[in-house]
Amino acid sequence: MSATTVQILRLLRILGRNHEESSETMNDLLAQVATNTDTSRNAGNAVLFETVLTIMDIRSAAGLRVLAVNILGRFLLNSDKNIRYVALTSLLRLVQSDHSAVQRHRPVVVECLQETDASLSRRALELSLALVNSSNVRAMMQELQAFLESCPPDLRADCASGILLAAERFAPTKRWHIDTILHVLTKAGTHVRDDAVANLTQLIGGAQELHAYSVRRLYSALAEDISQQPLVQVAAWCIGEYGDLLVEGNCEDTEPPQVEEEDILALLETVLQSHMSLPATRGYALTALMKLSTRLQGDNNRIRKVVSIYGSCLDVELQQRAVEYNTLFQKYDHMRAAILEKMPLVERGGARVEEEAKERQTAAQLLEEAAPAPPEPQASKLLDLLDLLDGTPGNTQHPPLLDPSPEGALVNLLDLPCVPLPPAPIPNLKVFEREGVQLNMSFIRPPETPSLLLITVTTTNSSGGDVTHFICQAAVPKSLQLQLQAPSGNTLPAQGGLPITQLFKILNPNKAPLRLKLRLTYNHLGHSVQEIFEVNNLPVETWQ
Amino acid sequence: MQFMLLFSRQGKLRLQKWYVPLSDKEKKKITRELVQTVLARKPKMCSFLEWRDLKIVYKRYASLYFCCAIEDQDNELITLEIIHRYVELLDKYFGSVCELDIIFNFEKAYFILDEFLLGGEVQETSKKNVLKAIEQADLLQEKTENIYHSKHFHWCKKAY
Repeated sequence: MSATTVQILRLLRILGRNHEESSETMNDLLAQVATNTDTSRNAGNAVLFETVLTIMDIRSAAGLRVLAVNILGRFLLNSDKNIRYVALTSLLRLVQSDHSAVQRHRPVVVECLQETDASLSRRALELSLALVNSSNVRAMMQELQAFLESCPPDLRADCASGILLAAERFAPTKRWHIDTILHVLTKAGTHVRDDAVANLTQLIGGAQELHAYSVRRLYSALAEDISQQPLVQVAAWCIGEYGDLLVEGNCEDTEPPQVEEEDILALLETVLQSHMSLPATRGYALTALMKLSTRLQGDNNRIRKVVSIYGSCLDVELQQRAVEYNTLFQKYDHMRAAILEKMPLVERGGARVEEEAKERQTAAQLLEEAAPAPPEPQASKLLDLLDLLDGTPGNTQHPPLLDPSPEGALVNLLDLPCVPLPPAPIPNLKVFEREGVQLNMSFIRPPETPSLLLITVTTTNSSGGDVTHFICQAAVPKSLQLQLQAPSGNTLPAQGGLPITQLFKILNPNKAPLRLKLRLTYNHLGHSVQEIFEVNNLPVETWQ
Repeated sequence: MQFMLLFSRQGKLRLQKWYVPLSDKEKKKITRELVQTVLARKPKMCSFLEWRDLKIVYKRYASLYFCCAIEDQDNELITLEIIHRYVELLDKYFGSVCELDIIFNFEKAYFILDEFLLGGEVQETSKKNVLKAIEQADLLQEKTENIYHSKHFHWCKKAY
């Protein structure tokens, strides 16, 4: 009976997992079973499916894996729903490892999107999203967008976010990207994730040449329908920013129907008054109206009127905005133009974090990656940190810290140990000396907390005069955390009296290069001394 | 397999076999939820669904739903076969089985299931062997009943 066959195949799977030799001996057997099984009955299909599962799990030859994918492709064409479901699920598991083989069955998968059964179409959707790559992105997007319009509501959210994600990764042109997002927002606006609005505004802001085009599209979309909140928010923002481009009406692609200023204002007012608008949307619309007061040529009475009406609105956020804008009109009219200028491009926090995570990954995988992430993002981050350390005089210190050549970067990455270092004692460092007052630092890296660095700063006085009111302050780059403990005292008696010790605790989870700036103030030999300097020659072991 | 449930279209539980240790309360809760979920499925939908972290394989035979819960790495198609094999066994034994047979002779249904599956895995793949084992058990039961009802036994009991 087929149950026995299946159990044997299960056993083979367990034996062959992670074991090269046994997998090789099984190859022929599995191929034979796969080709000789009679698939007219469900029992045969079950055996075939188990064979495919086994091939997927053991270290099989490439040809065998392709055979497995083809079997699954055949399953997809079967009329029995169960078999198609099973095939889609398994293909989803395979798509990570055998991407190209699964790509061949893409058209069939896309057809399965039209299934009436919800679980089948969900699987097909996941698989289609996984199959999108740069070459087929346009065709796939069309299919997926068509699916978005017809799919059941519980799948809409997944479909929308999937489309947006894929568009972000594989967008061939910015304009296509904006079109796609626009389309998704109009069709399934209520189901998109919250940060879609932020992403889109950032994207449009970055695409200089497409400002006119996008604001025009958004305007027409908004004029048709103001119920989709994310769409309304983005449209309001764009109209506010680029309202002058909208009125100019010289966009080369779309025929420019003349848009009157009055129309724009009327539209924004409708958005403000509509009961479908969320408070956040209203906020966007009000701000957009304000921005238009500087962008448009007509007089601002209408805008002033609207803004003053909302000065007594029940919603606190709106009221605050309206009152502030009102004041802008009245008392600070001269500043209005400057305040309402075009916004600079906001740095996208998310993308930065992704890049850093990728850099860390390449460091961990060492030589497996062919080209490590460029050191430029790392370099610019260091530059930022240097600026943040207040008024650093150490601008010339950049070159020794940065190594722009890729080979150099590779060497740096190689330096990062992947085996925990034995706790070698770190040499002490003399950091400061002036007229007999000396500052020494000793470092301890406790092995159980690798990101912690303890610095003991010892200040000694070998001069003839006392040091009083001694204060030592420190600053580190933003990614590190510094904690200063109270010093043992603030007086240094002359001639080698009792030294002052102070403990610094530095948390450096990202193993960022350690930079330390010290500021000392004390009274010595009749005058007050203030010293600000950066600690040079910090041993590498303090931060690696 | 983690458990197998049989229930009618009205949601009444006819048979339940659990291969994992669970408290009574949990069993009832799971049964209730699962029955609701499966009964809500439309007839054309596929036989597999994901529920909690298990895969549920169900098949409808006349007015009875046969529902099995399997783990992630189990083969769904072979579970369908198992369900079908069990129905065939019942059919052979009862002769054209219907729900009433299972209601009135539920202990026989359990015996057949226990002969066929052990700990959630198929233990006997031959239909003939399973049915033979059941027949032998039936014979033993009859003999014992006969001894119970025989005059000789009554006489022995009276001696007390």
